[in-house]
Amino acid sequence: MAEYGKRERDRPWIMRTYSGHSTAAASNELYRTNLAKGQTGLSVAFDLPTQTGYDADDPLARGEVGKVGVPVSHIGDMRALFDGLPLDQMNTSMTINATAVWLLSLYVAAAQDQGVDPSVLRGTTQNDIIKEYLSRGTHIFPPAASMRLTTDLITYTVSEVPKWNPINICSYHLQEAGATPTQELAYALVTAIGVLDAVKATGRVPESDFGKVVGRMSFFVNAGIRFVEELCKMRAFVELWDRVTRERYGVTDPKQRRFRYGVQVNSLGLTEQQPENNVIRIVLEMLAVTLSKDARARAIQLPAWNEALGLPRPWDQQWSLRAQQILADESDLLEYADLFKGSEVVEAQTQRLVDSAWAEVQEVLKRGGAVEAVESGYIKQRLVESNAARLRAIENGDRVVVGVNKYVEGAPSPLTENLDEAILTVDPEVDASQRAALARWKEERDNAAVEQALAELQRVAKTDENMMTASIAAAHAGVTTGEWANTLREVWGEYRAPTGVAGATVKTSGSGPAAETIARLRKRLDELEVRMGRRPKLLVGKPGLDGHSNGAEQIAIKARDVGFDVVYEGIRVSPEQIVASALEEGVHLIGLSILSGSHLALVPEVVRRLRDAGLGDVPVVAGGIIPEADAERLRRDGVAAVYTPKDFELDNIMSDLIDLVDRQHAAE
Amino acid sequence: MPPSDPHDDAQQVMAANKAAVSRALNLVEDRRPEAQTGVTKLLAELKDAPKAAGGHRVGLTGPPGVGKSTLTSALARSVRQRGRTVGVVAIDPSSIRSGGSLLGDRARMSFDPSDEGLFVRSLATAGVVGGLAYAANSAVRVLAAAYDMVVIETTGVGQSEIDIVHVADTVVLVIQPGSGDVLQFLKAGIMEIPDILVVNKADHDELAQRAVSDLRGALQTAHAVGAGSGQDVNWETPILATSATQGTGIEELIDTLDEHRQHLDATLAGRRRQGEVQWTLDLFSRKHGEHGVSTLGGLAQLKARAERDLDGGQTPLSLCERLSREYVTALGKTP
Repeated sequence: MAEYGKRERDRPWIMRTYSGHSTAAASNELYRTNLAKGQTGLSVAFDLPTQTGYDADDPLARGEVGKVGVPVSHIGDMRALFDGLPLDQMNTSMTINATAVWLLSLYVAAAQDQGVDPSVLRGTTQNDIIKEYLSRGTHIFPPAASMRLTTDLITYTVSEVPKWNPINICSYHLQEAGATPTQELAYALVTAIGVLDAVKATGRVPESDFGKVVGRMSFFVNAGIRFVEELCKMRAFVELWDRVTRERYGVTDPKQRRFRYGVQVNSLGLTEQQPENNVIRIVLEMLAVTLSKDARARAIQLPAWNEALGLPRPWDQQWSLRAQQILADESDLLEYADLFKGSEVVEAQTQRLVDSAWAEVQEVLKRGGAVEAVESGYIKQRLVESNAARLRAIENGDRVVVGVNKYVEGAPSPLTENLDEAILTVDPEVDASQRAALARWKEERDNAAVEQALAELQRVAKTDENMMTASIAAAHAGVTTGEWANTLREVWGEYRAPTGVAGATVKTSGSGPAAETIARLRKRLDELEVRMGRRPKLLVGKPGLDGHSNGAEQIAIKARDVGFDVVYEGIRVSPEQIVASALEEGVHLIGLSILSGSHLALVPEVVRRLRDAGLGDVPVVAGGIIPEADAERLRRDGVAAVYTPKDFELDNIMSDLIDLVDRQHAAE
Repeated sequence: MPPSDPHDDAQQVMAANKAAVSRALNLVEDRRPEAQTGVTKLLAELKDAPKAAGGHRVGLTGPPGVGKSTLTSALARSVRQRGRTVGVVAIDPSSIRSGGSLLGDRARMSFDPSDEGLFVRSLATAGVVGGLAYAANSAVRVLAAAYDMVVIETTGVGQSEIDIVHVADTVVLVIQPGSGDVLQFLKAGIMEIPDILVVNKADHDELAQRAVSDLRGALQTAHAVGAGSGQDVNWETPILATSATQGTGIEELIDTLDEHRQHLDATLAGRRRQGEVQWTLDLFSRKHGEHGVSTLGGLAQLKARAERDLDGGQTPLSLCERLSREYVTALGKTP
């Protein structure tokens, strides 16, 4: 007999939506609406200038202000962002890393202004710099200085803001960069070990309190479409973390050994083709992190169905929130104990992952740990190789992606009938208005107090004192994000991380249609080299602040493997730098990759500067999340070709590139 | 491309006009037979460039992963701050399978794109397995005509060090603490002894100090067993510690480079000429092997020939081409 009465249920996870755009005021409005729709926590998306320590008036911020998140330049912006939202009642997750110390300082200062004692604040700072070097690319400083900021934030919150999660170790971005489940487990764990060892080495935490630090470590995990394996991965995480905390750190309190994690499910697998299918993918992926009571996520944010097309609108985000609410409140999932305890299949697969991940953990520790394995390029290279293998499997059909390489025929979707309205567009005036507001702010503040605060920051940076106190004082004094970061850049310098591409080896099969295609492309390039006198040379550039380098890396590797000489510049280069490189390197072709949505500002600028430098005849192609209307504009502006996520067949792109060089040579 | 005048082109290269330098590099990379006359003419025009005679060609080499690109970047920045201009040739290997290459050195370098006094060019080894790029010698000549210091950065332990001696006035070998390979090479006397040894990534004092003293011991052993004969006996190889990411030790490195350049002053022209002779012979023998060398009269005769012809305005590349043609003709005559 079915029972319709009220039943005992577990408390649901925290439901969030990663959001923020344009300005602090616009984002504040969005947060209020989201909370009214039943969202139970906030997840702040900052724009790239804020994440990489630039103000809106910096040349490098051009085209990026308010694009992928909200710009927060100073305490005034932070106050506006949380206007009418009492911070003692919020649970706020901030996706912030290189500038985490600064943004937390602004948050603490804004709370103090609201009359809230910092000790009651709850939320999370992402604060995981390792994965920035490996995948996400918003790092600023060299590893040693970055790790110092990381540990400063941790030791500060453990004593002053005890309910705060000072770090969210991210395996999420590792999967986005192509990590296999084993790699995701292993590299997240070695990152956590690296951070805990560094905290220990500061000597600031008494031995008796170290369990508290371990207990505050949290993780941010990805869930992909192979959801049974992903479910086992979460269970493997729980087991491995218990092992690490017990054996390496001697933590006796089981609560402090709990694997606490939040999730954003996979964006990498979302498709531009038949995008409505993404809703089904998102739901399946959510199951992987909710079905196991013993390894259930504590907070979930879901991407929107149309993310491969552009920025999602509020309605798109609401649809994803509803999926969470239906699973938690409408279904009976939360009424049961762990569903898989004792399942031979799940336990065997979990054990396989535990063993393979543990072996890789040992491998990295043998190489000196996470920081060393970043600096040597070891981890990055493994990720680049895995991602190349993943793309090849999709390209040759070994891995089915519905609507992309199988079942591609379908009726036109009413959801995307008017494609340009099926995404959110950010007002292009945001850039200018933010610059004007910043100028006003600088005019109205007490500049003597700012100077003094910056001098103190500089002094502290040269010692081993905690950076938090001086940063909170700087926040109150009206210092800006750019000023804070530039002061520290002067002391510590900047860091350009290994790209992992040069050493990456990609296995190719020696026969079959794929091998024949490669052989054909190689032959064409060999012939071109003879005709042109030198081997065709391609410059792969990533203009702007966007650090998502997967696309650029895979194009670079593929181009080398078909026979181009490829100059890869790494992330975060300005249009000026790209043009200077093109000139000095004598390239025949330029490929630009931009995923932040700032293509309309950056690509035409590169084209214009090339023309000014006398390189107007060098063809330019662009790739990224570029809506068709924008692509048309770019082509009108002189871009030879535009590629989007639906162009997954790299061989076809290579063939186009060779055509372009060939045609250009013939024209000379 | 409209035909250009080698004299004008050379003047613009010497004025360090970036577009002209780049065009000149494109030309010396061009392997088409019809381009070779232009290459020879251009290099002849650049031969007596004021910068070239007074300048400094620094070879930076070492195993993969020791931070050479980052060090090159830090070095170039500091040399620029001293008011001198810098040209960089960064050499990476070509893939044997595809012939393509990934030239990633720029990714580790930070530079100001508006700086007219810094120029970076990446070259692929292009089939010269284990060695410097085909056009490296010519590219160095172009950059040396335009910039005060030329840095040639290349990866590897073995063949490329021997190559780099042919194009660099000063050879800097970069290693990192704890890399036993280089020690073994030194002890075994296999490796030519570089002019300067740099222990990079010396972020950890203790480890770096140990590496420096280990190297000092190995150098003594190497000298004792007579390794590096033919090396400069009046120059004691300094061992420096740097951290390219933290910017320490860079100023000392520049000072030491300057000292070595000064030390070379009297012998420099001869050293450069010997390098070109050796480069010519290497190019030729890699292409045609021992049979090629013996067909044209043996090593000693070829060497004398190279010295004479290089004095007469040939470049290693053009002379090698000429020798190749002679060899092919001789082959035709052999029964």
